[in-house]
This record gives sequence, C-alpha cells and structure tokens, in this order.
Amino acid sequence: MILTGNHAVSYGVKAARAEVVAAYPITPQTQIIEKLAELIAKGEMNARYIRVESEHSAMTACISAEACGARAFTATSSHGLAYMSEMVFWAGLGRFPVTMAVVTRTLAPPWSIWNEHTDILAQRDSGWIMMMCESAQEAYDTAIQAFRIAEDERVLQPVMYGLDSFSLSHTAENVDLLDQGVVDGYLPRLDPSKLPVYIDPDRPITFGNLLGPDRMMEFRHLIKEAFDRAERVIDEAAAEYSKIAGRPQTGLFENYRCSDAEVVAVATGASSGDVKDAVDGLRDKGVKAGMIRLKTIRPFPGEEIKEAIGGVKVVATIDRDYSFGFGGILGRELSAYLSGDVFRYIAGLGGRDLTIEDFEGIINGALQRAEEGKGDAEEVWWGLKEVE
Amino acid sequence: MKAKVAISKASEGASGMTGMWRIKRPVMDEGKCNKCLMCWLYCPEAAIVRGKDGRIWITYEYCKGCGICSEVCPTKVIKMVKEV
Amino acid sequence: MFVEIRLHGRGGQGIVTAAEMVIEAVTLQDYYGQSIPIFGAERRGAPVTSSARVSDRPIRRHSQIYNPDIVAIFDPLFVYRQEVMAGLKEGGSIIVNHKQRPDIQKFKLFVVDATRIAMENGLVVAGWAVVNTAMLGAISKILGIVSKESLEKVVRKRWGGDLGERNIRATLQAFEEVS
Ligand code: SF4
Ligand code: SF4
Repeated sequence: MILTGNHAVSYGVKAARAEVVAAYPITPQTQIIEKLAELIAKGEMNARYIRVESEHSAMTACISAEACGARAFTATSSHGLAYMSEMVFWAGLGRFPVTMAVVTRTLAPPWSIWNEHTDILAQRDSGWIMMMCESAQEAYDTAIQAFRIAEDERVLQPVMYGLDSFSLSHTAENVDLLDQGVVDGYLPRLDPSKLPVYIDPDRPITFGNLLGPDRMMEFRHLIKEAFDRAERVIDEAAAEYSKIAGRPQTGLFENYRCSDAEVVAVATGASSGDVKDAVDGLRDKGVKAGMIRLKTIRPFPGEEIKEAIGGVKVVATIDRDYSFGFGGILGRELSAYLSGDVFRYIAGLGGRDLTIEDFEGIINGALQRAEEGKGDAEEVWWGLKEVE
Repeated sequence: MKAKVAISKASEGASGMTGMWRIKRPVMDEGKCNKCLMCWLYCPEAAIVRGKDGRIWITYEYCKGCGICSEVCPTKVIKMVKEV
Repeated sequence: MFVEIRLHGRGGQGIVTAAEMVIEAVTLQDYYGQSIPIFGAERRGAPVTSSARVSDRPIRRHSQIYNPDIVAIFDPLFVYRQEVMAGLKEGGSIIVNHKQRPDIQKFKLFVVDATRIAMENGLVVAGWAVVNTAMLGAISKILGIVSKESLEKVVRKRWGGDLGERNIRATLQAFEEVS
C-alpha cells in the first residue's frame, strides 16, 4: 500500500486495536488523527474518539483511559507537545502505557511548521521511552511495537515515537500492512490487572496523592529499573516483530556497515536513509564509512553503541536539534560514552533540507578535521549563512 | 504484589487524625435534617457517616472543621460552633 | 532504474494526487515509489511543486529533489518560467500540457493537450479543467514501465462510478496522445 508516514501511523494504531484516541489537531500531525477519526466513524476501527479542547486534555484523557484499562493513543507536534508537557510527565512518572506519535516540528518563534527534533527531545526526562522512525514502513511497524513495549510487564512506561515533519509525515511510500490476525498474535489485549494504576470501583485506590521526601526516591528508582529492562524488551519486541513481518527491524539502533569502518556518522530519523546512501557512495570512492542510526533515544543505548563502534577513530554526530548552552543533544550524549574523537555537527534546523551531498560533506569534513589533528572541541553548524 | 507507582488504598484515617485540625465544629440539628446527603457527598474527609437506619452523623475524630457541610446544607441545619 | 520527477502546477490542480497515483501505478509493476508533497501550505492558484521518485530498489532517502530526470508541467502558462527547468538533468525530459509544441531545444520534449482531454471527458470543476489524470497518463507513458491495466486500477481505486470511468478515459487518452 502507498501511505504517507502519517497514515502509516494511523493504520498501525488501528492494527494495534487502540481503544481510545484522544487528540487535538496540529500541522503536520493532523492527518494521523483525521484518518483515525475516519476509520472509527466508518466502523472499521472499534475505538472511542474523544475530541478534546487542547493537547493537555488529550494526554489527560489518554492517562484516564489507561487507568480504566483501555489502550490509548494520541499524536501531536511542537507547540502541542510543549502545551501537553505537564501531562506528558504525569503519564511517564505515573507509568501509564500510553503511546504517542510526535511529528517533529520546529518550535517558534519565528513561526515554522518545518522539521526539527528539539520538540521531542525537550521531553526526554519525562519517563517516556522515545524512538525516531526512518520510513513510513517503520512508522507503521513502530506504532504496533510501541504498545507491546509500553505494556510489557517489565516496562510499563509510555512510548513516544517521532516522525520528521513533511519529509516523513507527508511523504507517501510503499508500506506493507500485516494481517489483523498476525498483529493480534503479537499484541494481545491489554490486561488491566497488570497496570500500575487500574481504577476498579470494587477496589478503590487514590493516585497522584502527596508523597513525602522520605518515599519519593524509591518510586523514581522503580522507573529507572524499568528503563534498564526496557533495552532488552525493545530488542525482543523488534526481533519477534521481524519474525511475523518477515522484514528486519531495528530495536535500539541500527549498525550500518560499521564493522570495518574508519569513520562513522550517527544520525536519527528520516534523513538516515540519505546518510546510508552517502555511506554507500563514499565506500564506492574508497572511504570506509559507516552509520549508526539511533532508533531509540530513551533508554539511550550508549553502552551498546560504544561496543559497536568504540574502536572507530572518527565519529561524526549529526543533530537536528539544539540545547542552548550545551550543544547538539544526541552528539553530546553519545560523546559521554566514546573515548575517541566525536565531531559534532548541527544540521537541518528549522527544516533546512539535508541531501546526500551534505552528509558526504559532513563525513569527509570529520575525517579531514581528524587528519589535521583539530580535535573535537568545537561543534560545526553545517551550511550556516551570514545573517543580513 | 509490590506497588509499581505510589497509590493509596482507601482506608479509615488514611490522612491521619484530621480531627485534631479543627477549630470550629459542625453541629447538626438532626431533627431538622431532611437526609438529602449533600453534606455526606461533599465532606472532603468522609467524616459524615450514613448509618444503616438512614441516620446521618459526623465523626469528630476525622472532621477537620472545614465548614463545607455547613455551606452546602440546603436546609441550613449544620452550624459551625467554636471549639472550647 | 532510479528516476526523479518534479511536477509543476497550481495549488488545487491535484499535482500531489497525480504524484501519488504515479507511484501507486509503478508499485503495481513491482517498482518502488515515493511521492514527496508540497512542503507547507498549498494555496489555490499559486504555483506549487511536488515530486516523486521511482526505483527498482527500495528508496531510502527523504531529501527533496533538486536534479529531476523528468519535469511535468500541468499548466501551459508555466512553460517558459525559469524555475520549471531549474536543475533538470542534461538529457532530461519535459512533459508539458500544451495545445502547441513549445520551442524547447535543450531537453527531450513531450507534449499532451491535457486541458482538452479533461474537457472532452467532462472533468471540469468550478470552471477549472482537472488535468491530473491526463497528466498521470502522460507521465506513465514516458516512464515506460506502467501498463494501461495498472493505470485503470489506480484511477478506479480513487474514483468510483461514472467519474472514475471518465478519469480512466482521460488517463488512457493522454497515454496514447502524448508525443
Ligand atoms: S466540617 Fe468539613 S470535615 Fe467536618 S464534617 Fe463538615 S465537611 Fe466534613
Ligand atoms: S445537607 Fe443538611 S439536610 Fe442534607 S443530609 Fe446533610 S445535614 Fe441533612
């Protein structure tokens, strides 16, 4: 089937038999929830669509639905996510296994509807598992796997996954859909009795009440342990899915031609395919290049990546995000694990397009800086123009 | 099962002996009460009890003296009276 | 095979739909396709572009298209505009909706009177000839990998009944006429 990234998510959520969809429209995400609303209205999907007046309420409705034992989904983007943020933390710290698609979009001002990953990464300490999709196919696959990971008894944390604005959300590609029976076998119905918070009138509980300084750390530690276990659960979910789908899947990260690489680029999201094409092109020219694609950002697979590319001399990280006063978020985080030179590139902010030539330039640039012995202290803002 | 998040189960006195907080005491004129249950519904401490026989009374161990019952009572039969 | 196509039209002319139908058709021929939309707001009447990739292998990249192999021009008035030729590969093809043969020397030129074909099949909405299915036929012919049966399937999937049949006729007529 030919589907946009957005509609691939909708069909994934349908296949996962989400029971509650609560969402508020925002460009470039709106297609996701429009399609779900249509599927529900036509009776093709058995779920309740809750129209809410804001993203804050959308997440509140999803949390409440999960607390009643219903599988819940929402989608948002940039300002909607920022507005939702308080309840994003409630879902993460309250351990409600909601899943959410985030179409990554630049935060204003100045106003923009184009791609940047800073919106999703700004939620990285909220207790959510975080992923980034590379293709419409992966968006469909991830929509299904996200529920399985979130609801796994070893995890029980919400999962959000990002799609690059327009270049993935609105681009239509070939997507293979799975038979409903196959998905049902992979993702059984949610068993409410396993949920950390399950509101059952016969066993009344209170959630969200005051907890003193003498007890709080222990509950935070439980979430830490869930994230420790999540790495394994994510890889298992991917491995089992690849069996039912007959297609390879990526759990934590993808190792593309790194085994003998002398230079490795690290990136995430929809540009990853362009990076791979750049890697292939460079290999044709005799440059031993490779790529690490971050699929999962929380839990951050730093140790595993270190194991995969710890021996590589030159690493170039490419961030489509920025933390002021710190740097590109993923590059900075990864360099904490690696001992060699990590050349950090900031590229494509505000939706500026990145081509195969850009990625070749970045990889070659990192190699050259390493040869010149320049060290990796300075980050590079790729393609920066003079401000008039 | 060990808790996975901080939740509390409903139990008597879960918030401690809130009766100690009271500086004014609600006093109900039971004879004039029409059993509408507004006070029972609104009391934040569930300190108003419904007896099996339909009687309604206030348990002063947990009544914190907030006065909400007195505000919501449509027949104005709950008066807030100073303690001591 | 790896072909990049850029479509030029006006907001509301259905260039995104046309790009999607092109890749739906190539998919039926066991090729891979990718349709890249207008990035941002589409305004009715304003010049807009959308694009598509066709390949015999899975398409991984998501960058925009700068050096197309084929440019398809939906509106005759756009023929001599600078931006429609921008980046077109040497030896690339131009498919234009036009009554006459415009004077273009540098590239391979293919002409189809999509407006007339649309009118003949009653494909007019609010005074506008709806040329997207005719252009679909023309582009598919030039791509050289799409069968008429696939085109019929793709168009019928979108529009049922009489409207579907008229669109199919327009598609196939343009497929035959483009030269
Ligand atoms: S004063 Fe407040 S706490 Fe006491 S019975 Fe009335 S409502 Fe309940
Ligand atoms: S609100 Fe007043 S009338 Fe109603 S049950 Fe309470 S005391 Fe009685």
